[in-house]
Amino acid sequence: MIDIMTTLMTLAQAAPEAAKATNVITEHLGNLIPELILLTGGVLCLMTGLGREEGTRKATAWIAGASLLLAIIFIPNIHTITKGFYTKEILDMSGFIKLAACSIGFLLLLVSAAVPDLLPQTKEAEKASKFDPGNIFRGEYFAFFLFSLVGLMLTAGAKDLIWLFLALELTSLPTYVMVASARKNIAAQEAGVKYFFLGALSAAIFLYGFALIYGATGHTDLTEIKNVIAAQNLANGELSGMLITGLVLTILGFCFKIAAFPMHYYAADVYQGASSAVTAFLAFVPKAAGFAALIIILSTVGWIYGPEKNHLPEILEILLWVIAVASMFLGNVLGMIQKSVKRALAYSSVAHSGYMVIGLLVGIPAVASDSAIGNGIAAIIFYLFAYGLASVGSFGILACVRNEKGEEVDSYDEIAGLFKNHKVIAAILALSVFSLLGMPPLMGFLGKIYIFGSAFQAGFIWLVIIAVINSAISGAYYLRIANAAFFGKPAEGITATNTPGRLTGAFIGAVATLVLGFTGGFLVDTASHAAEKPPVLRDDESKDKAAAFDINLEPQAALNKDIYAQ
Amino acid sequence: MTLETLLIPAMVLVPAIFAFVLLIPGKVFDFKKNIVAFSFVGTLFSFIISLFIAFNFNWGEPVMQMQGAIPWVPDFGLTFSWGIDSISLWLILLTTFLMPLIIIGSYSSFEGREREFFFWMLVLETAMIGTFVATDIIFFYICFEFTLVPLFFLIGVFGGENRLKAARIFFLYTFTGSMLTFAAILFVAWTYSTTHAGVWTFQITELYAAAQSMPLHHQGLVLAGLLAGFAVKVPLFPVHTWLPLAHTEAPTAGSVILAGVLLKLGTYGILRFALPMTPEAIIAFAPYVGSLAVAGVLYAALVCWVQTDVKKLIAYSSVSHLGFCVLGLFSFDSNNMGSIGAVMYMVNHGLSTGALFLCIGMIYERFHTREMAKMSGLGRAMPIWGFFMVFFTASSVGLPGLNGFVGEFLTLIGSFVSPYTLGWQFAAPAAAGMIFAAIYLFYMLGKVVWGPLKIPHVHGHTADWKPSDLNAREISILVPIAIVCVWLGFNPNPLLNSLEKPIAQLSAPTNSIIDAQKEATLKATTPAHVEADISLEPQAKAWESKVLIAN
Repeated sequence: MIDIMTTLMTLAQAAPEAAKATNVITEHLGNLIPELILLTGGVLCLMTGLGREEGTRKATAWIAGASLLLAIIFIPNIHTITKGFYTKEILDMSGFIKLAACSIGFLLLLVSAAVPDLLPQTKEAEKASKFDPGNIFRGEYFAFFLFSLVGLMLTAGAKDLIWLFLALELTSLPTYVMVASARKNIAAQEAGVKYFFLGALSAAIFLYGFALIYGATGHTDLTEIKNVIAAQNLANGELSGMLITGLVLTILGFCFKIAAFPMHYYAADVYQGASSAVTAFLAFVPKAAGFAALIIILSTVGWIYGPEKNHLPEILEILLWVIAVASMFLGNVLGMIQKSVKRALAYSSVAHSGYMVIGLLVGIPAVASDSAIGNGIAAIIFYLFAYGLASVGSFGILACVRNEKGEEVDSYDEIAGLFKNHKVIAAILALSVFSLLGMPPLMGFLGKIYIFGSAFQAGFIWLVIIAVINSAISGAYYLRIANAAFFGKPAEGITATNTPGRLTGAFIGAVATLVLGFTGGFLVDTASHAAEKPPVLRDDESKDKAAAFDINLEPQAALNKDIYAQ
Repeated sequence: MTLETLLIPAMVLVPAIFAFVLLIPGKVFDFKKNIVAFSFVGTLFSFIISLFIAFNFNWGEPVMQMQGAIPWVPDFGLTFSWGIDSISLWLILLTTFLMPLIIIGSYSSFEGREREFFFWMLVLETAMIGTFVATDIIFFYICFEFTLVPLFFLIGVFGGENRLKAARIFFLYTFTGSMLTFAAILFVAWTYSTTHAGVWTFQITELYAAAQSMPLHHQGLVLAGLLAGFAVKVPLFPVHTWLPLAHTEAPTAGSVILAGVLLKLGTYGILRFALPMTPEAIIAFAPYVGSLAVAGVLYAALVCWVQTDVKKLIAYSSVSHLGFCVLGLFSFDSNNMGSIGAVMYMVNHGLSTGALFLCIGMIYERFHTREMAKMSGLGRAMPIWGFFMVFFTASSVGLPGLNGFVGEFLTLIGSFVSPYTLGWQFAAPAAAGMIFAAIYLFYMLGKVVWGPLKIPHVHGHTADWKPSDLNAREISILVPIAIVCVWLGFNPNPLLNSLEKPIAQLSAPTNSIIDAQKEATLKATTPAHVEADISLEPQAKAWESKVLIAN
């Protein structure tokens, strides 16, 4: 904070400096238009959600959806990917994550638009003769939904530790309320409380880490931190103990957000307790925010250590290696022995974080190669997209189906034989879990090529072998889901909810995994260019930024031409 | 792209297009007859295109022909690229030839959910042909993996009593193996990228060179990964345990496809990828893989002998027969007789074992049992069926004059004269396996076809009920296969000649290493011997002197 204040004081003193600073602020604002649109949308939702007329209240979901679609249009440089599949102009990493947040966020909205409508308190309040604002939940729900997405988008564009912390909290705080939204369901209450307390603990841990990083470098601005770390490394040949401790604590704190070992304990309970549509949200948004934050923090250190100058500092590398391996094994082995589908998918979420942490270990190569494979960060953001689509499909379907008591289905017995009476629903579920499994030709498979190939490129051969063994283990429970849905004996009293939006969202998510499996080339291209440079650049690096963006694409194009000419 | 390059994609995609048309809601497909006729037309289309390709194919050229490509993920170097040589063309012909027959054959094998059944059958055909035409290794891998999904559903929905377990075990077993194959493929592609400025490609021909330049211990890792996937698929002893379960529980059509084509994906993968990519490692691994193959041949033959379920017996016989195939692939004799025989064996096994499964399916439709103890002398009640059963068994045993003989004989000869990798130690016990095959298969015939007439009791029929013999539809399925069996038995030369060059190309790296080693040992034997004698002396003396000093 101190240096912000000093900045402000210097601003007041020097007028030309101030002019420059205003430019910076306007530039930031220009980049923040999508966030501002969502914020405005959220505030509008708060108002319409409490409208006197039922029609106004029901419009809340539409407002949220419209603001998401509007936000996509205003993502900086978004027009460049619509121009053509293989253009040289690019989104940066924050742009890509914003795109993912808004587009998958829209699917999540489709899936969860009916959540407030289906709550018992809303139903009672709608039936009551007198309007009762205390029990109508729509406004809060959609506003929190949008605020959380804003948090994710701000995280991706963070330039300062304080900004990063506030953005992460903005992502998480609304989700605590969303989890507990089903007030009469005791499991949701438990999940909400558990999620909140453990979330607060993790925030404390990474905030402590931030404090130590600040102590070690004297800055909260990420670019300055990166400068100081580079200078420290140059002077001493190693990083100070305080800095390393700070980084380790930060990474451990972020593990909560991405649901990775050792902070994965909450995942199963919270994912199971929350309404399935909210679970889909939890599986994607905090995870994406956590990975964005990890990428930003790690890029202040840079992948420039080790004998070949392409690794993280050894301690961080060991830490991330352990996190990756333990998350994969814990997630997949525990997922295998679950009786509840939601818990199994929660553990699968832990395992997927493990795969993605491999990408963090690989990082961004100093010299961009002509091929997309080799850039771990690009692999992560692509994988996040694939994972988001598949988890919208799978959790969305679980939200679509009710058992005879009218509760959301949860156990394998309840989804058994789904195919017999609900063919489309079962097909979507199967497609989604096969994509999670990484079955070719679905999108999850491309994600696996990306991550594992990049890990090879960085020399993590054993990590790849561990990861493919884990993919094989994960087959057991994904297959069990498909097995139950298609071959089981249909359970009594299973009905599909009358929520077309939910089915549409899940359907789009699942079909997208199939279509993007075949046509995902442009997305790989976008991801690889988005992560060409780390999100935080040293001063000397950002000077050649303009030059670096003009990386010659000719050799790759020539190679492709050769291949296609055959 | 000329019309010729589009023939292959057309052949691959036609079944899939027909499959998706089947899903369109409407009354036309509420009748089984329409569905079967429609799927039959789809597979027949594919067969006709494949015949057309075969006529336009230049059989003398060993290179990939009719190549084409569609970009997929250019940043990864991934393309959907295709091309065929004579090895793949023979296997494609086998697939497209069997599929229409299987479709007609499954007309009466089950009731209900027909759309689903034929949908998966047609999708499966696309995946199988795709495997044989791919020249991009990830494209190959996609099709290879994707064959699991249709068969998973075919077994899981339409299988026997224990179908859920069978489907699950089948899927997980093969999926686990092929994940390791995936890692090996990425490893090779990465090796390529390190020597090509970080550019990745998955073109098979490019990867051959990259993999061959790897050091031995890396080649060993790659070969282990490739074999993990392919050996499960073959299946090689001791990872064969999924096969009998999957076979017995699968519906007839599933068993025929499994035995006829899917098992060949494993041997095809070994031939197409493992042999040319990792020549040094192949030589190091050959004795071990050979021993496993021989163990599989003998073990499965003995297991066959004690089976009481006819289908299970044939399923185990596949394990035994495919052992010969692997043995042939690893023999590397100077004329490549082993490998040529192995490819011939793949085709023959697909025909004769596929036909045997069809015959058994016909029995099962009539009696709803396959227990040998419950039936005997069926040849008396169903003479036409008896004829075909004996005919295909003879072909499977390798009776000279029928197709099975040529391939089996060549693989055995190949491994007998194999100079460096295998030898008579492997061929002799395998030849004993041939005798076992004759014993257990004729033992089965003796029980089921000959002997006193005993008809299993079928629910809803009186005790003196006589089963009807094969009808025209069933005969028309078996006759084409029988004709091809005889034709290949008497006239194997076109097939063998066309295989010579491409196989010589694929095993050239290994053969050249073997030749080099042979020359080196020839040169080295005499001088090395002398040197050894000389060098022994001083050492002995030095040792003595040390002893003296110590004393």
